[in-house]
Amino acid sequence: MKTAKQLSVFLENKPGHAYNICKTLGDAGINIFTLSLADTNQFGLLRLIVENPETAGELLKKSGVIVNITELLAVKIDNRPGVLAKIYELLSSLDINLEYAYAFAMRRIFLLRVSDNEKAFQILSENDFTLLSHEELFSDEN
Amino acid sequence: MKLENKIWDKAECLSRDEIENIQVQKLRATVKQVMSVPFYAQKFKEIGIGPEDIKSVADVRHLPFTTKTDMRNNYPLGLMAVPKEKVLRFHGSSGTTGKPTFVAYTKNDLEMWSDMVARFLYAGGARPGNTAQISFGYGLFTGGFGLHYGLEKIGSSIIPAASGNTRRQFTLLQDLKPELLVCTPTYALRLIEYMEEEKIPRESLNLKVAFLGSEPWTEDMRLYIEDKLQVNTCNNYGLSEVIGPGISGECVYHTGMHIQEDYFLVECLDPETLEPVPDGQLGELVITALNKEAMPMIRYRTRDLAYLISDTDCPCGRTTKRMSRIKGRSDDMLIIRGVNVFPSQVEEALLQCKDVTPNFLIVLDRPGSLDRSVVKVEMAPAFFSDKMSEMQMLKNRLEETIRSYTGIHFEVDLVQPQSIERFTGKAARVIDNRPKEK
Repeated sequence: MKTAKQLSVFLENKPGHAYNICKTLGDAGINIFTLSLADTNQFGLLRLIVENPETAGELLKKSGVIVNITELLAVKIDNRPGVLAKIYELLSSLDINLEYAYAFAMRRIFLLRVSDNEKAFQILSENDFTLLSHEELFSDEN
Repeated sequence: MKLENKIWDKAECLSRDEIENIQVQKLRATVKQVMSVPFYAQKFKEIGIGPEDIKSVADVRHLPFTTKTDMRNNYPLGLMAVPKEKVLRFHGSSGTTGKPTFVAYTKNDLEMWSDMVARFLYAGGARPGNTAQISFGYGLFTGGFGLHYGLEKIGSSIIPAASGNTRRQFTLLQDLKPELLVCTPTYALRLIEYMEEEKIPRESLNLKVAFLGSEPWTEDMRLYIEDKLQVNTCNNYGLSEVIGPGISGECVYHTGMHIQEDYFLVECLDPETLEPVPDGQLGELVITALNKEAMPMIRYRTRDLAYLISDTDCPCGRTTKRMSRIKGRSDDMLIIRGVNVFPSQVEEALLQCKDVTPNFLIVLDRPGSLDRSVVKVEMAPAFFSDKMSEMQMLKNRLEETIRSYTGIHFEVDLVQPQSIERFTGKAARVIDNRPKEK
Protein backbone atom coordinates (compact mmCIF):
# COMPACT_ATOMS: atom_id res chain seq x y z
CA MET A 1 0.00 0.00 0.00
CA LYS A 2 1.25 3.44 -0.91
CA THR A 3 0.45 6.41 1.27
CA ALA A 4 1.44 10.04 1.60
CA LYS A 5 2.52 11.46 4.95
CA GLN A 6 0.81 14.52 6.27
CA LEU A 7 1.90 16.77 9.10
CA SER A 8 -0.99 17.97 11.25
CA VAL A 9 -0.32 20.97 13.38
CA PHE A 10 -2.47 22.31 16.21
CA LEU A 11 -3.17 26.02 15.84
CA GLU A 12 -4.21 28.17 18.74
CA ASN A 13 -6.60 30.99 18.15
CA LYS A 14 -3.85 33.58 18.25
CA PRO A 15 -2.64 36.04 15.61
CA GLY A 16 0.56 35.02 13.92
CA HIS A 17 0.50 31.39 14.85
CA ALA A 18 0.16 30.01 11.31
CA TYR A 19 2.77 32.52 10.16
CA ASN A 20 5.27 31.27 12.74
CA ILE A 21 4.82 27.70 11.58
CA CYS A 22 5.28 28.52 7.91
CA LYS A 23 8.24 30.72 8.74
CA THR A 24 9.96 27.99 10.77
CA LEU A 25 9.65 25.65 7.79
CA GLY A 26 10.66 28.27 5.24
CA ASP A 27 13.77 29.27 7.21
CA ALA A 28 14.81 25.63 7.27
CA GLY A 29 14.40 25.38 3.50
CA ILE A 30 11.39 23.09 3.70
CA ASN A 31 8.99 23.49 0.83
CA ILE A 32 5.25 23.19 1.49
CA PHE A 33 3.79 21.09 -1.30
CA THR A 34 0.18 21.79 -0.37
CA LEU A 35 -1.85 22.48 2.75
CA SER A 36 -5.33 22.58 4.16
CA LEU A 37 -6.56 24.65 7.06
CA ALA A 38 -9.56 23.69 9.17
CA ASP A 39 -10.68 26.07 11.84
CA THR A 40 -13.30 26.94 14.41
CA ASN A 41 -13.64 30.10 16.48
CA GLN A 42 -11.35 28.61 19.05
CA PHE A 43 -8.60 26.65 17.35
CA GLY A 44 -7.42 25.39 14.01
CA LEU A 45 -5.78 22.41 12.38
CA LEU A 46 -3.13 23.05 9.79
CA ARG A 47 -2.42 20.07 7.56
CA LEU A 48 0.73 20.15 5.48
CA ILE A 49 2.39 18.01 2.85
CA VAL A 50 6.16 18.50 2.83
CA GLU A 51 8.95 16.44 1.33
CA ASN A 52 10.55 15.38 4.63
CA PRO A 53 7.71 15.18 7.15
CA GLU A 54 9.86 13.61 9.90
CA THR A 55 12.48 16.36 9.77
CA ALA A 56 9.85 19.07 9.57
CA GLY A 57 7.88 17.46 12.42
CA GLU A 58 10.92 17.42 14.72
CA LEU A 59 11.66 21.02 13.86
CA LEU A 60 8.14 22.13 14.70
CA LYS A 61 8.04 20.09 17.91
CA LYS A 62 11.19 21.84 19.04
CA SER A 63 9.52 25.19 18.44
CA GLY A 64 6.79 24.12 20.87
CA VAL A 65 3.85 23.22 18.65
CA ILE A 66 1.85 20.02 18.68
CA VAL A 67 2.40 17.94 15.55
CA ASN A 68 1.51 14.50 14.41
CA ILE A 69 1.98 12.54 11.23
CA THR A 70 -0.97 10.90 9.51
CA GLU A 71 -1.06 8.66 6.46
CA LEU A 72 -3.28 9.77 3.62
CA LEU A 73 -4.10 8.29 0.25
CA ALA A 74 -2.82 10.33 -2.70
CA VAL A 75 -4.88 9.64 -5.81
CA LYS A 76 -4.08 10.85 -9.28
CA ILE A 77 -7.19 12.17 -10.95
CA ASP A 78 -8.03 12.99 -14.53
CA ASN A 79 -9.38 16.36 -15.44
CA ARG A 80 -12.85 15.24 -16.41
CA PRO A 81 -16.35 15.36 -14.92
CA GLY A 82 -17.43 12.63 -12.51
CA VAL A 83 -14.01 11.54 -11.27
CA LEU A 84 -14.47 12.69 -7.69
CA ALA A 85 -17.98 11.28 -7.65
CA LYS A 86 -16.54 7.92 -8.66
CA ILE A 87 -14.07 8.00 -5.76
CA TYR A 88 -16.80 8.83 -3.27
CA GLU A 89 -19.01 6.14 -4.69
CA LEU A 90 -16.32 3.48 -4.33
CA LEU A 91 -15.55 4.49 -0.75
CA SER A 92 -19.16 4.56 0.34
CA SER A 93 -19.80 1.18 -1.27
CA LEU A 94 -17.46 -0.28 1.38
CA ASP A 95 -18.72 1.98 4.18
CA ILE A 96 -15.38 3.76 4.34
CA ASN A 97 -15.64 7.16 5.98
CA LEU A 98 -14.02 10.13 4.35
CA GLU A 99 -12.79 12.35 7.18
CA TYR A 100 -11.51 15.12 4.98
CA ALA A 101 -9.87 15.66 1.63
CA TYR A 102 -7.96 18.32 -0.23
CA ALA A 103 -6.18 18.63 -3.52
CA PHE A 104 -2.90 19.57 -5.03
CA ALA A 105 -4.59 20.96 -8.10
CA MET A 106 -1.52 21.73 -10.22
CA ARG A 107 -0.56 18.08 -10.31
CA ARG A 108 -4.14 16.87 -10.10
CA ILE A 109 -3.53 14.89 -6.93
CA PHE A 110 -6.35 14.33 -4.49
CA LEU A 111 -5.40 13.70 -0.86
CA LEU A 112 -7.86 11.63 1.16
CA ARG A 113 -8.08 10.99 4.88
CA VAL A 114 -10.27 7.90 5.23
CA SER A 115 -11.28 5.60 8.06
CA ASP A 116 -9.64 2.55 6.48
CA ASN A 117 -6.58 3.13 4.32
CA GLU A 118 -6.08 -0.50 3.26
CA LYS A 119 -9.61 -1.08 2.08
CA ALA A 120 -9.75 2.28 0.34
CA PHE A 121 -6.38 1.72 -1.33
CA GLN A 122 -7.51 -1.66 -2.58
CA ILE A 123 -10.82 -0.62 -4.07
CA LEU A 124 -9.40 2.49 -5.72
CA SER A 125 -6.50 0.53 -7.25
CA GLU A 126 -8.88 -2.16 -8.48
CA ASN A 127 -10.85 0.56 -10.22
CA ASP A 128 -7.85 1.86 -12.14
CA PHE A 129 -6.99 4.84 -10.01
CA THR A 130 -3.28 5.56 -9.59
CA LEU A 131 -2.20 5.99 -5.98
CA LEU A 132 1.12 7.52 -5.11
CA SER A 133 3.65 7.02 -2.35
CA HIS A 134 5.00 9.99 -0.45
CA GLU A 135 8.18 9.99 -2.55
CA GLU A 136 6.21 9.81 -5.80
CA LEU A 137 4.39 13.00 -4.87
CA PHE A 138 7.63 14.84 -5.36
CA SER A 139 8.81 13.10 -8.48
CA ASP A 140 8.55 15.06 -11.71
CA GLU A 141 6.93 12.15 -13.48
CA ASN A 142 3.73 12.70 -11.56
CA MET B 1 -44.22 60.49 54.14
CA LYS B 2 -43.98 60.17 57.90
CA LEU B 3 -41.21 58.17 59.53
CA GLU B 4 -43.51 55.48 60.96
CA ASN B 5 -44.73 54.71 57.49
CA LYS B 6 -41.28 53.98 56.19
CA ILE B 7 -40.01 51.54 58.80
CA TRP B 8 -41.15 47.95 58.75
CA ASP B 9 -40.05 47.02 62.27
CA LYS B 10 -39.14 49.16 65.26
CA ALA B 11 -36.16 46.86 65.83
CA GLU B 12 -34.51 48.83 63.01
CA CYS B 13 -34.57 52.05 65.06
CA LEU B 14 -33.23 51.08 68.47
CA SER B 15 -30.51 52.94 70.36
CA ARG B 16 -27.00 51.43 70.40
CA ASP B 17 -27.52 50.29 74.00
CA GLU B 18 -30.81 48.64 73.18
CA ILE B 19 -29.38 46.82 70.19
CA GLU B 20 -26.32 45.61 72.05
CA ASN B 21 -28.48 44.50 74.95
CA ILE B 22 -30.54 42.37 72.60
CA GLN B 23 -27.44 41.05 70.88
CA VAL B 24 -25.69 39.96 74.06
CA GLN B 25 -28.75 38.17 75.38
CA LYS B 26 -29.32 36.38 72.09
CA LEU B 27 -25.65 35.53 71.74
CA ARG B 28 -25.64 33.91 75.17
CA ALA B 29 -28.75 31.94 74.28
CA THR B 30 -27.20 30.88 70.98
CA VAL B 31 -24.02 29.63 72.66
CA LYS B 32 -26.19 27.63 75.02
CA GLN B 33 -28.25 26.29 72.13
CA VAL B 34 -25.29 25.11 70.03
CA MET B 35 -23.91 23.06 72.92
CA SER B 36 -26.27 20.39 71.59
CA VAL B 37 -24.28 20.25 68.33
CA PRO B 38 -21.20 18.04 68.83
CA PHE B 39 -19.13 20.16 66.43
CA TYR B 40 -19.61 23.31 68.51
CA ALA B 41 -19.68 21.55 71.90
CA GLN B 42 -16.25 20.06 71.28
CA LYS B 43 -14.75 23.34 70.07
CA PHE B 44 -16.17 25.26 73.01
CA LYS B 45 -14.88 22.64 75.42
CA GLU B 46 -11.37 22.89 73.97
CA ILE B 47 -11.36 26.64 74.47
CA GLY B 48 -13.16 26.36 77.78
CA ILE B 49 -15.98 28.73 77.00
CA GLY B 50 -19.67 28.59 77.79
CA PRO B 51 -22.78 30.79 77.80
CA GLU B 52 -21.85 32.33 81.17
CA ASP B 53 -18.71 33.84 79.59
CA ILE B 54 -20.74 36.01 77.22
CA LYS B 55 -21.10 39.28 79.10
CA SER B 56 -20.81 41.81 76.30
CA VAL B 57 -21.07 41.86 72.51
CA ALA B 58 -17.26 41.99 72.33
CA ASP B 59 -17.10 38.57 73.99
CA VAL B 60 -18.09 37.07 70.65
CA ARG B 61 -14.36 37.31 69.87
CA HIS B 62 -13.65 34.47 72.29
CA LEU B 63 -15.76 32.11 70.19
CA PRO B 64 -14.20 29.93 67.49
CA PHE B 65 -14.76 30.59 63.79
CA THR B 66 -16.85 28.43 61.51
CA THR B 67 -15.76 27.98 57.89
CA LYS B 68 -17.02 26.47 54.68
CA THR B 69 -14.61 23.59 55.33
CA ASP B 70 -16.36 22.93 58.65
CA MET B 71 -19.64 22.73 56.77
CA ARG B 72 -18.15 20.27 54.31
CA ASN B 73 -16.57 18.18 57.06
CA ASN B 74 -19.97 17.93 58.70
CA TYR B 75 -21.77 17.20 55.45
CA PRO B 76 -24.67 16.84 55.03
CA LEU B 77 -26.42 17.87 58.24
CA GLY B 78 -23.84 17.68 61.04
CA LEU B 79 -24.26 21.34 62.02
CA MET B 80 -27.99 21.01 62.59
CA ALA B 81 -29.28 21.79 66.08
CA VAL B 82 -32.79 20.36 65.75
CA PRO B 83 -34.11 16.92 64.78
CA LYS B 84 -34.78 16.59 61.07
CA GLU B 85 -38.53 16.40 61.69
CA LYS B 86 -38.46 20.05 62.77
CA VAL B 87 -37.01 21.17 59.44
CA LEU B 88 -39.41 22.72 56.96
CA ARG B 89 -36.96 23.53 54.20
CA PHE B 90 -33.53 22.72 52.86
CA HIS B 91 -31.48 24.95 50.61
CA GLY B 92 -27.98 24.52 49.32
CA SER B 93 -25.08 26.36 47.81
CA SER B 94 -22.34 25.26 45.47
CA GLY B 95 -19.32 23.66 47.06
CA THR B 96 -15.78 23.17 45.87
CA THR B 97 -16.10 19.40 45.65
CA GLY B 98 -19.07 19.25 43.33
CA LYS B 99 -21.45 18.63 46.23
CA PRO B 100 -23.51 21.49 47.60
CA THR B 101 -23.47 22.45 51.26
CA PHE B 102 -26.92 22.23 52.77
CA VAL B 103 -28.67 24.63 55.07
CA ALA B 104 -31.90 23.95 56.95
CA TYR B 105 -34.78 26.11 58.16
CA THR B 106 -37.44 25.53 60.82
CA LYS B 107 -40.82 27.23 60.68
CA ASN B 108 -39.45 30.03 62.87
CA ASP B 109 -36.36 30.35 60.69
CA LEU B 110 -38.52 30.84 57.60
CA GLU B 111 -40.59 33.35 59.53
CA MET B 112 -37.51 35.32 60.54
CA TRP B 113 -36.09 35.16 57.02
CA SER B 114 -39.34 36.55 55.58
CA ASP B 115 -39.21 39.32 58.13
CA MET B 116 -35.61 40.25 57.32
CA VAL B 117 -36.34 40.41 53.63
CA ALA B 118 -39.53 42.38 54.21
CA ARG B 119 -37.54 44.95 56.16
CA PHE B 120 -35.09 45.78 53.38
CA LEU B 121 -37.73 45.59 50.66
CA TYR B 122 -39.89 48.00 52.62
CA ALA B 123 -36.88 50.26 53.19
CA GLY B 124 -36.34 50.31 49.43
CA GLY B 125 -39.94 51.25 48.71
CA ALA B 126 -41.87 47.98 48.26
CA ARG B 127 -45.46 48.41 49.45
CA PRO B 128 -48.63 46.34 49.80
CA GLY B 129 -50.48 46.49 46.52
CA ASN B 130 -47.31 46.64 44.42
CA THR B 131 -46.55 43.93 41.91
CA ALA B 132 -43.08 42.40 41.91
CA GLN B 133 -41.37 40.34 39.25
CA ILE B 134 -38.85 37.89 40.69
CA SER B 135 -36.30 37.05 38.03
CA PHE B 136 -34.08 35.07 40.38
CA GLY B 137 -33.74 31.33 40.11
CA TYR B 138 -35.97 29.33 42.44
CA GLY B 139 -34.61 26.06 43.73
CA LEU B 140 -31.73 25.20 46.05
CA PHE B 141 -30.46 28.76 45.56
CA THR B 142 -31.83 30.95 48.36
CA GLY B 143 -32.42 34.07 46.25
CA GLY B 144 -35.77 33.29 44.67
CA PHE B 145 -37.53 31.95 47.74
CA GLY B 146 -36.03 34.52 50.12
CA LEU B 147 -37.29 37.49 48.12
CA HIS B 148 -40.57 35.70 47.50
CA TYR B 149 -41.28 35.34 51.22
CA GLY B 150 -40.39 38.94 51.98
CA LEU B 151 -42.66 40.29 49.26
CA GLU B 152 -45.47 38.01 50.38
CA LYS B 153 -45.04 39.27 53.92
CA ILE B 154 -45.32 42.87 52.77
CA GLY B 155 -48.39 42.04 50.73
CA SER B 156 -47.01 42.72 47.27
CA SER B 157 -48.24 40.45 44.53
CA ILE B 158 -45.58 38.27 42.99
CA ILE B 159 -44.77 37.19 39.46
CA PRO B 160 -42.42 34.24 40.00
CA ALA B 161 -40.81 34.64 36.58
CA ALA B 162 -37.57 32.89 37.66
CA SER B 163 -34.37 33.47 35.72
CA GLY B 164 -33.74 33.43 31.98
CA ASN B 165 -36.01 33.61 28.95
CA THR B 166 -35.61 37.34 28.49
CA ARG B 167 -38.36 37.62 25.88
CA ARG B 168 -40.91 36.23 28.32
CA GLN B 169 -39.58 38.50 31.08
CA PHE B 170 -40.55 41.45 28.91
CA THR B 171 -43.98 40.02 28.16
CA LEU B 172 -44.58 39.92 31.90
CA LEU B 173 -43.05 43.34 32.51
CA GLN B 174 -45.16 44.90 29.76
CA ASP B 175 -48.45 43.12 30.35
CA LEU B 176 -48.58 42.75 34.14
CA LYS B 177 -46.80 46.07 34.71
CA PRO B 178 -44.90 45.27 37.93
CA GLU B 179 -43.45 48.23 39.85
CA LEU B 180 -40.75 46.10 41.45
CA LEU B 181 -38.06 43.96 39.88
CA VAL B 182 -35.86 41.43 41.66
CA CYS B 183 -32.79 40.08 39.85
CA THR B 184 -29.00 40.06 39.74
CA PRO B 185 -27.31 43.28 38.61
CA THR B 186 -25.90 41.54 35.54
CA TYR B 187 -29.35 40.31 34.61
CA ALA B 188 -30.59 43.89 34.84
CA LEU B 189 -27.88 44.74 32.32
CA ARG B 190 -29.10 41.92 30.08
CA LEU B 191 -32.65 43.27 30.27
CA ILE B 192 -31.41 46.70 29.22
CA GLU B 193 -29.47 45.19 26.33
CA TYR B 194 -32.52 43.28 25.17
CA MET B 195 -34.73 46.33 25.53
CA GLU B 196 -32.40 48.27 23.24
CA GLU B 197 -32.02 45.46 20.71
CA GLU B 198 -35.76 44.97 20.45
CA LYS B 199 -36.51 48.69 20.69
CA ILE B 200 -38.90 48.19 23.58
CA PRO B 201 -40.04 51.65 24.72
CA ARG B 202 -39.42 52.43 28.39
CA GLU B 203 -42.98 53.82 28.56
CA SER B 204 -44.32 50.31 28.06
CA LEU B 205 -42.92 49.37 31.49
CA ASN B 206 -44.03 50.49 34.91
CA LEU B 207 -40.90 49.70 36.93
CA LYS B 208 -40.06 51.92 39.90
CA VAL B 209 -37.54 49.96 41.98
CA ALA B 210 -35.07 47.18 41.21
CA PHE B 211 -33.79 45.09 44.13
CA LEU B 212 -30.45 43.78 42.93
CA GLY B 213 -28.24 41.30 44.71
CA SER B 214 -26.50 37.93 44.93
CA GLU B 215 -23.32 39.11 43.20
CA PRO B 216 -20.94 42.04 43.64
CA TRP B 217 -21.61 45.10 41.52
CA THR B 218 -20.42 48.68 41.30
CA GLU B 219 -21.61 52.27 41.58
CA ASP B 220 -20.99 52.71 37.84
CA MET B 221 -23.37 49.84 37.16
CA ARG B 222 -25.92 51.46 39.46
CA LEU B 223 -25.80 54.75 37.57
CA TYR B 224 -26.14 52.95 34.25
CA ILE B 225 -29.04 50.73 35.34
CA GLU B 226 -30.89 53.61 37.02
CA ASP B 227 -30.47 55.75 33.93
CA LYS B 228 -31.52 53.12 31.40
CA LEU B 229 -34.33 51.48 33.36
CA GLN B 230 -35.37 54.70 35.08
CA VAL B 231 -35.68 52.98 38.43
CA ASN B 232 -34.26 53.37 41.88
CA THR B 233 -31.96 50.43 42.64
CA CYS B 234 -31.39 48.90 46.06
CA ASN B 235 -28.55 46.54 46.89
CA ASN B 236 -28.99 43.67 49.32
CA TYR B 237 -26.64 41.15 50.88
CA GLY B 238 -26.79 37.68 52.27
CA LEU B 239 -25.33 34.23 51.91
CA SER B 240 -27.00 30.88 52.11
CA GLU B 241 -24.55 29.48 54.69
CA VAL B 242 -25.88 32.03 57.15
CA ILE B 243 -29.47 32.26 55.88
CA GLY B 244 -29.71 33.78 52.39
CA PRO B 245 -30.57 37.31 51.24
CA GLY B 246 -31.62 39.81 53.88
CA ILE B 247 -28.70 40.02 56.27
CA SER B 248 -28.52 43.62 55.11
CA GLY B 249 -30.07 45.84 52.49
CA GLU B 250 -30.13 49.42 51.27
CA CYS B 251 -32.90 51.92 51.90
CA VAL B 252 -33.85 54.55 49.33
CA TYR B 253 -30.97 56.80 50.44
CA HIS B 254 -28.13 54.46 49.34
CA THR B 255 -26.02 55.14 52.42
CA GLY B 256 -24.84 51.56 52.73
CA MET B 257 -26.76 48.39 53.55
CA HIS B 258 -28.60 48.41 56.87
CA ILE B 259 -27.65 45.31 58.85
CA GLN B 260 -30.43 43.43 60.64
CA GLU B 261 -28.52 43.68 63.90
CA ASP B 262 -31.11 42.09 66.14
CA TYR B 263 -30.77 38.92 64.03
CA PHE B 264 -27.08 38.97 63.11
CA LEU B 265 -23.89 40.05 64.78
CA VAL B 266 -21.56 41.21 62.00
CA GLU B 267 -17.86 41.66 62.70
CA CYS B 268 -15.35 43.09 60.27
CA LEU B 269 -11.90 41.55 60.73
CA ASP B 270 -8.48 41.73 59.19
CA PRO B 271 -8.40 38.44 57.21
CA GLU B 272 -4.73 37.89 58.13
CA THR B 273 -4.61 38.75 61.82
CA LEU B 274 -8.33 38.10 62.44
CA GLU B 275 -8.38 41.20 64.65
CA PRO B 276 -11.24 43.71 64.28
CA VAL B 277 -10.64 46.61 61.90
CA PRO B 278 -12.09 50.06 62.69
CA ASP B 279 -15.36 50.99 61.02
CA GLY B 280 -14.69 52.46 57.60
CA GLN B 281 -11.77 50.12 56.97
CA LEU B 282 -11.99 47.14 54.63
CA GLY B 283 -12.05 43.73 56.27
CA GLU B 284 -13.64 40.30 56.07
CA LEU B 285 -17.21 40.00 57.30
CA VAL B 286 -17.67 37.41 60.03
CA ILE B 287 -21.28 36.72 60.89
CA THR B 288 -22.97 35.13 63.88
CA ALA B 289 -26.65 34.30 63.57
CA LEU B 290 -28.53 35.26 66.72
CA ASN B 291 -31.95 33.80 66.02
CA LYS B 292 -31.57 30.63 64.04
CA GLU B 293 -32.97 27.31 65.15
CA ALA B 294 -32.24 24.64 62.56
CA MET B 295 -28.68 25.60 61.72
CA PRO B 296 -27.20 28.20 64.04
CA MET B 297 -23.99 29.75 62.81
CA ILE B 298 -21.20 30.99 65.04
CA ARG B 299 -18.70 33.44 63.55
CA TYR B 300 -19.00 32.31 59.96
CA ARG B 301 -16.07 33.50 57.88
CA THR B 302 -17.83 34.80 54.79
CA ARG B 303 -14.59 35.68 52.93
CA ASP B 304 -16.48 38.73 51.67
CA LEU B 305 -14.56 41.98 51.99
CA ALA B 306 -16.48 45.14 52.94
CA TYR B 307 -16.39 47.85 55.57
CA LEU B 308 -18.82 48.86 58.31
CA ILE B 309 -20.34 52.34 58.45
CA SER B 310 -21.26 53.92 61.77
CA ASP B 311 -20.01 57.52 61.63
CA THR B 312 -23.07 59.02 59.96
CA ASP B 313 -26.79 58.71 60.54
CA CYS B 314 -29.01 57.64 57.71
CA PRO B 315 -31.81 60.10 56.85
CA CYS B 316 -34.27 57.18 56.74
CA GLY B 317 -34.30 57.02 60.54
CA ARG B 318 -32.91 53.51 60.88
CA THR B 319 -30.18 53.37 63.50
CA THR B 320 -28.72 50.05 62.49
CA LYS B 321 -25.06 49.75 61.58
CA ARG B 322 -24.53 49.69 57.84
CA MET B 323 -22.08 47.93 55.56
CA SER B 324 -20.54 48.87 52.24
CA ARG B 325 -20.92 46.95 49.02
CA ILE B 326 -18.88 43.77 48.78
CA LYS B 327 -15.53 44.93 47.44
CA GLY B 328 -13.83 41.59 46.95
CA ARG B 329 -12.98 38.25 48.47
CA SER B 330 -10.34 37.17 50.95
CA ASP B 331 -10.08 33.86 49.11
CA ASP B 332 -10.06 33.10 45.40
CA MET B 333 -13.77 32.48 44.98
CA LEU B 334 -15.27 33.92 41.79
CA ILE B 335 -18.87 34.88 41.28
CA ILE B 336 -19.81 34.19 37.67
CA ARG B 337 -23.36 34.91 36.55
CA GLY B 338 -24.40 34.71 40.21
CA VAL B 339 -22.79 31.30 40.80
CA ASN B 340 -19.90 30.81 43.20
CA VAL B 341 -16.94 29.16 41.52
CA PHE B 342 -13.51 28.28 42.85
CA PRO B 343 -10.56 27.87 40.46
CA SER B 344 -9.81 24.62 42.32
CA GLN B 345 -13.07 23.18 40.94
CA VAL B 346 -11.83 23.76 37.41
CA GLU B 347 -8.53 22.14 38.32
CA GLU B 348 -10.28 19.06 39.72
CA ALA B 349 -12.35 18.78 36.57
CA LEU B 350 -9.25 18.97 34.36
CA LEU B 351 -7.49 16.35 36.42
CA GLN B 352 -10.28 13.98 35.41
CA CYS B 353 -9.49 14.58 31.74
CA LYS B 354 -6.38 12.82 30.57
CA ASP B 355 -6.37 14.70 27.27
CA VAL B 356 -5.06 17.94 28.68
CA THR B 357 -2.48 19.08 31.17
CA PRO B 358 -3.86 20.53 34.42
CA ASN B 359 -2.39 23.91 33.52
CA PHE B 360 -5.17 26.35 32.95
CA LEU B 361 -6.08 30.00 33.00
CA ILE B 362 -9.57 31.35 33.64
CA VAL B 363 -10.37 34.52 31.70
CA LEU B 364 -13.49 36.47 32.65
CA ASP B 365 -14.98 39.26 30.58
CA ARG B 366 -18.25 41.07 30.28
CA PRO B 367 -18.44 41.93 26.58
CA GLY B 368 -22.13 42.86 26.64
CA SER B 369 -24.14 42.49 29.79
CA LEU B 370 -23.43 38.93 30.87
CA ASP B 371 -20.22 37.39 32.10
CA ARG B 372 -18.24 35.42 29.58
CA SER B 373 -16.12 32.70 31.13
CA VAL B 374 -13.30 31.02 29.24
CA VAL B 375 -10.78 28.44 30.41
CA LYS B 376 -7.55 28.23 28.48
CA VAL B 377 -6.31 24.66 28.67
CA GLU B 378 -3.06 23.20 27.42
CA MET B 379 -3.43 20.30 24.99
CA ALA B 380 -1.56 17.11 25.76
CA PRO B 381 0.30 16.20 22.52
CA ALA B 382 -0.70 12.52 22.78
CA PHE B 383 -4.35 13.45 22.37
CA PHE B 384 -3.97 15.75 19.43
CA SER B 385 -5.86 14.52 16.39
CA ASP B 386 -5.83 15.65 12.78
CA LYS B 387 -9.61 15.15 12.73
CA MET B 388 -11.70 18.18 13.53
CA SER B 389 -14.55 16.01 14.81
CA GLU B 390 -12.32 14.46 17.46
CA MET B 391 -10.96 17.83 18.51
CA GLN B 392 -14.49 19.17 18.84
CA MET B 393 -15.47 16.15 20.89
CA LEU B 394 -12.52 16.73 23.16
CA LYS B 395 -13.53 20.34 23.65
CA ASN B 396 -17.15 19.38 24.34
CA ARG B 397 -16.10 16.70 26.80
CA LEU B 398 -13.91 19.20 28.67
CA GLU B 399 -16.73 21.73 28.78
CA GLU B 400 -19.17 19.15 30.10
CA THR B 401 -16.76 17.97 32.77
CA ILE B 402 -16.06 21.51 33.93
CA ARG B 403 -19.78 22.20 34.03
CA SER B 404 -20.39 19.17 36.21
CA TYR B 405 -17.78 20.41 38.68
CA THR B 406 -18.63 24.10 38.72
CA GLY B 407 -22.29 24.25 37.68
CA ILE B 408 -21.60 26.79 34.95
CA HIS B 409 -20.54 26.77 31.33
CA PHE B 410 -16.95 27.65 30.60
CA GLU B 411 -15.86 27.94 26.99
CA VAL B 412 -12.75 25.83 26.59
CA ASP B 413 -9.95 27.41 24.63
CA LEU B 414 -7.33 24.80 23.72
CA VAL B 415 -3.81 26.17 23.65
CA GLN B 416 -0.29 24.85 23.06
CA PRO B 417 1.60 22.98 25.72
CA GLN B 418 3.85 25.24 27.80
CA SER B 419 2.04 28.35 26.60
CA ILE B 420 0.39 29.15 29.93
CA GLU B 421 2.83 30.93 32.16
CA ARG B 422 4.25 28.89 35.04
CA PHE B 423 4.52 30.51 38.43
CA THR B 424 6.91 29.42 41.08
CA GLY B 425 4.69 30.54 43.90
CA LYS B 426 0.91 30.63 43.95
CA ALA B 427 -0.23 30.32 40.37
CA ALA B 428 -2.28 33.19 39.00
CA ARG B 429 -5.14 31.16 37.62
CA VAL B 430 -7.55 33.97 36.90
CA ILE B 431 -7.63 37.06 34.72
CA ASP B 432 -10.75 38.99 35.60
CA ASN B 433 -11.41 41.74 33.06
CA ARG B 434 -14.94 42.47 34.25
CA PRO B 435 -15.54 46.05 35.33
CA LYS B 436 -15.01 46.57 39.02
CA GLU B 437 -15.05 49.36 41.49
CA LYS B 438 -11.81 51.03 42.45
